[in-house]
Amino acid sequence: MPPADNDRQITPFPGDLWTQPPITVPARATATEEVQRIRTPAALHYRYNPGIAPTVFLRELAQKRIVGGVCPTSGEVYVPPRGMSPKFGVPTSGTVEVGPKASITAFCVVHIGFGVNAPPVPFVSALILPDGASVSLYGLIQEIPYDEVRTGMRVEPVWVDDDQLSTSFENIKWWRPIDEPDTDPALLKGHM
Amino acid sequence: MPDEPTGSDLLEAPLAIEYPFNRTTGPVIGPFLTALIDQRVLGIRGEDGRVICPPTEYDPLTGAPLAEMVEVASTGKVTSWSWVATIREGQPLQHPHALALIQLDGADTSMMHVVDCGSADAMVTGMRVAVRWSDERTGSISDIACFVPTGEG
Repeated sequence: MPPADNDRQITPFPGDLWTQPPITVPARATATEEVQRIRTPAALHYRYNPGIAPTVFLRELAQKRIVGGVCPTSGEVYVPPRGMSPKFGVPTSGTVEVGPKASITAFCVVHIGFGVNAPPVPFVSALILPDGASVSLYGLIQEIPYDEVRTGMRVEPVWVDDDQLSTSFENIKWWRPIDEPDTDPALLKGHM
Repeated sequence: MPDEPTGSDLLEAPLAIEYPFNRTTGPVIGPFLTALIDQRVLGIRGEDGRVICPPTEYDPLTGAPLAEMVEVASTGKVTSWSWVATIREGQPLQHPHALALIQLDGADTSMMHVVDCGSADAMVTGMRVAVRWSDERTGSISDIACFVPTGEG
């Protein structure tokens, strides 16, 4: 039998919407409970190579530094760096450090969490613009009630313990408020 | 800022994309899977009287809803096959085998399953095969561990 679970009730369609004749089945040899559901997991296993610019980004992140890629045409700083300027289609000219202080450019309050690392609901997921960057990173906002988060609020990253640092974006556990005046939301326009 | 990494300096990490599907089996596949526990294979009678195995809820030719499930044999013949030489995770057998379409005696359509016969040289279209049942059956298509040649015909 499939493992018991309460994922979802099996509900039939309303009778007048859809009908199917009763199915006749040869008598069973044993009184077995009929199979009602099956689990059919499907997985694709990759070896993921993030490429040159994200490799630099992740190595710097292991040193608690956030870096972005500089567009040689506009001077815009893309974080995380992808090695090219999405706006002008040219290779970025090296990386610069941004943040770690940052401003919230947009956020949403999450009421239905999923995944093994989801914090207790409700929590705030936000777009966060590190100082010096032109685009925002995704991040979690903690250490403040969810209903006090606002656009323009100043935040800083909270890192994992030094002995837990690795070449992973999970080095940043979440972002927390800092005691600085809010950024004027008008200045955040175009940086989400 | 650091020099650009190249070649083996680049990071690499395992990445799994996984979908944990949990599907309802419905009024036809449910009895089909349940019967496997008792080492029986069920088909369903189509509108024109032929037997469809594995069973479908609707006639694949006319779309009419079907209702009469019937038992078919656990022996049959290979109607088509291809050889699986490289084993990947999740395959039913951990050594080279055939993936085959098998028309069970009493059925008019074929089901896909594996044939364990050692080497591709032993596979012939039309060969007779029989179900090898799993020792522990749970109501899953893997209750049929595989098909094996019967040595006849």
